[in-house]
Parts: sequence; structure tokens; C-alpha cells
Amino acid sequence: MKSKSLSQPSASLLVRIKERNVRLTLISILLLCLFLYYADKNFNAYQIRVLNLCAIYTVLGLSMNLINGFTGLFSLGHAGFMAIGAYTCALLTMPVAVKDQNFFLAPINETLREIVLPYPAALLIGGILAALIAFLIGAPVLRLRGDYLGIATLGFAEIIRIVITNLQTITNGAIGFKGIPAKTNLWWSFGIATFTTVFLLWLIKSSYGRAFKAIREDEIAAEAMGVSLFKHKVLSFVIGAFFAGVGGGLLGNLLGAINPLLFRFTLTFNILLIIVLGGMGSITGTVISAFVVTIGQEALRFLDQPFSLGFVQVPGISGLRMVVFSALLMLVVLFFSRGLMGTSEFSWDYIIDLFKRLGKPSGKPLSKGGTK
Amino acid sequence: MTFNVFLQHLTNGISLGSLYALVAIGYTMVYGILRLINFAHGDIFMMATYFTFYSIVIFGVPWYAAFMAVIVVTGALGILLEAAAYRPLRDAPRISIMISAIGASFLLENLAIVIFGGRPKAFPALELFTKVIKLGTVSIQRLTFFIPIMTLILLFVLLYLINHTKSGMAMRAVSKDFETSRLMGIDVNRTISFTFGIGSMLAAVGGIMWGMKFPQIQPLMGVMPGIKCFIAAVIGGIGNIHGAVIGGFILGLVEILLIAFLPDLTGYRDAFAFILLIIVLLFRPTGIMGEKIAEKV
Repeated sequence: MKSKSLSQPSASLLVRIKERNVRLTLISILLLCLFLYYADKNFNAYQIRVLNLCAIYTVLGLSMNLINGFTGLFSLGHAGFMAIGAYTCALLTMPVAVKDQNFFLAPINETLREIVLPYPAALLIGGILAALIAFLIGAPVLRLRGDYLGIATLGFAEIIRIVITNLQTITNGAIGFKGIPAKTNLWWSFGIATFTTVFLLWLIKSSYGRAFKAIREDEIAAEAMGVSLFKHKVLSFVIGAFFAGVGGGLLGNLLGAINPLLFRFTLTFNILLIIVLGGMGSITGTVISAFVVTIGQEALRFLDQPFSLGFVQVPGISGLRMVVFSALLMLVVLFFSRGLMGTSEFSWDYIIDLFKRLGKPSGKPLSKGGTK
Repeated sequence: MTFNVFLQHLTNGISLGSLYALVAIGYTMVYGILRLINFAHGDIFMMATYFTFYSIVIFGVPWYAAFMAVIVVTGALGILLEAAAYRPLRDAPRISIMISAIGASFLLENLAIVIFGGRPKAFPALELFTKVIKLGTVSIQRLTFFIPIMTLILLFVLLYLINHTKSGMAMRAVSKDFETSRLMGIDVNRTISFTFGIGSMLAAVGGIMWGMKFPQIQPLMGVMPGIKCFIAAVIGGIGNIHGAVIGGFILGLVEILLIAFLPDLTGYRDAFAFILLIIVLLFRPTGIMGEKIAEKV
């Protein structure tokens, strides 16, 4: 589609460019592995935890971006799907002794007590269960549009939370779980984040992805062109919920303790912040902003604690951090509505082009208004 | 359940319903004009209770003066909110405006946590309103009678304003068609500000009475009532003021009576409103009083 220059590049050149890109991608994945190996050995527990959170928020941000950014469905139910994933995964990975300790108010359901599964299986089941619930919810609700859909999905997330609070023998009610085995490590979180990224890149390029984008741009036009609205909306919703469930499972086993209050609307808000900041409809943007927002939220922790400005002592104001982040969301929406990346994606071609241009400062100046 | 207990629940339901109705009117007015869920409306309601708390408890203003001041200040807050968060996005895609609304709501909540503190505060009890009256064996706070009466008075004032004044006519025109009303010489921005002002003032009245009825205030208190009042507005047919009032009463009554008859479901109280919302959205998306709008391509 993109005409690179006046003359069409030959087929062999295209193949070579493609091979080079694949090689570069593999090299960067290898570099990521080396970095993770180094981090795993040398970073302290806090830094590893923040890195884990970054990867988990990448999974969550990507899954929400698929629904909201690529398909244009304004869904605010992410915290609910995460809750399902986190509770399922925690229940399936906790050993019997820990379960007995947790359920001191009312005994746990007998069948659930016995089941202990390996971590990957538990994550998968958590994701599948979230996807199943999303299918049941989505089938009726996805007929709604715009803000109605937003409020209905928000309602469902809240219903899921309330049901979890009330199912004493399965979810331990308002107390939640403590002592969930800390199975999430850098390999799991980054592995799943990489898989999610690659899968979504593939999905968006496929015919399904094109249908999603068509629905986002104009539902009526898409329907007129023969795109089945219902099928694609449900598909996007279910895939998004699956990854939200997996992300929730990762989060639960990272934090070690979960309760229904964790899955309030604030959590959905955090993910919304990530995808808006990164650009609704950009996978690259979401990945970058998941890291920026997560690290930023940690870096700004000093706002909540007392600190000194040389001569004045500023007392810590708890909550100031969240003020900064909500103001940031508003500023981005008001003044940079495209976010960091808009709908554009990272590509090796662009990076190499950039380097070539930087390497040749004396080269031909760009014509006015030309960017590439 | 004896008849007396039933009466007690019924009065409770009516007064809760009228509170929902007052706040729901604000949602419905804004939606009618901008086609926007004002997510921050519940937080404006919360701000009003804090303003009341501070003016009465900290500054010692007499209650009637405090109420007046709070209503005016909250109205101004609503206008400010519109100018800061919604006006710059007038021509932006719907999803941006909604995200801005969510951002505004979080900003208000977190500002309240920073400024007022996260710990719950006790709303001042005013003898005049909280005194308990005994009717036979039923004991009812004066407030319980006062709230529905106040709601009805405000409703009639509002209906007069909308149907018989120039500003009201401008509001109706803007809600029908932005462009045409601009051509007819209506200042659209001013009309929208006016709508936000009125809606926020009603939320302030609702907030003050809510504070007297449930005298514990905290920064996140506006979230649940906010969402429920929006649900009330949807049930009644969003964009329709009579509908908002009817929806508010239905939601308040059903919520209280359901718990009264089926105490086992108390834990599911908040879920119930959402279930009602989803049922209404699925089977009658335009609500009880709403009219069907044909979709334009």
C-alpha cells in the first residue's frame, strides 16, 4: 500500500527487508531474555516487583486496547474480568493448608479444597473462565452503543465484584485470600506479555483485525460491507476478557493477597489511563505507556510521603499521586487526544530510516513538510 | 411483617427515591443537551456535602445561610467543570469526552481525598430536620417527609423554568439541535453552562439532604449514589425530566422494599440496581418515558 519511492522496490528486496526485520525482532527478544536473566539475578525484590507489574499492565492494557481502541467498544468492565482471573488462579494454585487457613469464617467448598493445579494451567483456566463470562455478558450487552455500553459493562464488573463479596464458601467473601503462592516471576510475566503482544499484532493484521477496525471507524458502513457486527464484537470482547483474566491471575499471584476491594473501578481507570496515554489503537503505544505509567506511579510515591524542598518541609499528602494521574489523563485527553502514538505502530523500517537520516547530516535536506 | 413496619419501609423508600430523583434530574438534563454521561455528577454531589460540613462545623455559619452558599458554590463548580473538561472537547469524538468525564470524576475524588482527608466525617445533625415524630407505633424523622416535599417543589420550579422562560426555551432548543439553535441566535455555550449550573445546584440540594439522612461523609460517597441516579435516569428515559423523577422513585422504593421483604439479599443491594439497569437497557433502551429516536446515518 505504502509507496516507498517512485520506483517500485523489487520482490527480492522486499524479501530481504522482511528477513532483516524478522532477524532484528528475534535479536531484540534475545536481548530482552538476557536483560531478564540479569534482572532476575541482580535486581532487588522491589525492582523485580515493579518490572513484573509493568509486564502485567502491558497484558492488561493490550487486552483493553483490543476492545476499546481497536474495536471501538467503550467497555469499562475490565476489573471484573481481572477479578475472575485472579480469584480462579489463586484458588487453583493455593495448597490445601493455605486454603484452610484462609477460610476461617466458613469452610471452603469441598471440591475446590482438593483441587491444586500447576500455575500455567490455573492461569489458562482463569483466562478461559473470564472469556466465558465475557461471552455470556457480551451476547446481550454488545448490542448497546457508546456510553450505554460503558455503563452496562461497568455495571457487570460491579455485579461480579458484589457476587464475589457474597460467595463466602468459594471466594472467602470480603476478606479475600492471603498467602497466595508467589508464582509470578519475570519469566512468566514477560513471557505472557510478549505472547500477548505478538498475538495481538498477528490478530490486528488478520482479516479479523481489519473487521475490528472497520467497526471502530463506522459500524453502519462496516455492516454494509458484509462485516458481521455481532460476531466480531463478541470475538474482540471475549479475547480481551481472556487476556484480562490471565493478567488478573498474574497480578493475584504477584501481590499474594487479593480482596474484592482491589477490583473496584479504580483498577479499570488505571488501565484506561494507560491506553489513552499510549494512544487508543496502537499496540506499541500501549506497551510503552504501560511501562511509563507503572514506573511513574512508583516514582511518584514520594508525593504521598513527607519530603523536604531544601528549606521547607512538605508534609506528605496521601492521595496526591492519584491527583497527578487523574489530572494527567485529563490533560492528555484535552490537549493530546491522540496520545503517545495515535494509531501508528513501531516498525523496523522507520527506525532504520531514522538512523540513516541521522547518519547523513549533510545529505539532501527534506523537502518542506516531508517527514519520511 | 406488620403493616407498621411496612409503612416505615415505604416512607424510607419514598425519601430515598426522591433523593435519587433530585440527582437523576442533573444527569438527565446534561444527557439531554450534550448526549454525555456526566460521570463527575456524583462527585459534585459529594463536594456539596463537604461544603456543607465545612461551612457549618468549621466556619459556624447558620444552617440556612450555609445551605444557600453551598447551593451557589456547587452550581459554580458545575459550570467550572463544564468549562474545563467538556467545552474544549465539544467537537471531539464521543469516546474522548467520556474519558474526560471519567478523568474529571477521578480528579474530584482524589482532590477531595487530598483536601478533606480520606477519613469519614460526621455530618452535622440539625434538630429541625432530624427530630423523630411518632405516628402511632411508626417513628419517622421529620426529614423523611421533608425530602419528598422539597423534591416536588424543586421539580415544579424546574419545569416552570424549562417550559416558560427564555433560558428554558434555549435549553430545549439546544437539546434538539446544536447548529440550528446557534443559527437562531442562541448562545449555545452559555445555555450548556446554565444547564450544568442548574443540575449541580439540584445535586447540591440532594447532597445536603443525603448528608442529613446518612450522616457519614467520605470522599468516595458520591460514586455509588452517582451511578444509581444515572441508572434511575435511564430507567425513566434519559433526557426526560419526568422520567428521571419516576425512575428515581422506582429505584429507591424497589431497593428498600426488596431488602425489607428478602433480608437474605442485603449483600446484593448494590448489584440489584445494575441488574435493573441491564434489563431496562436490553428490553426498553429508551426507558419508561423516553421516545424512540431513529438512527441517522
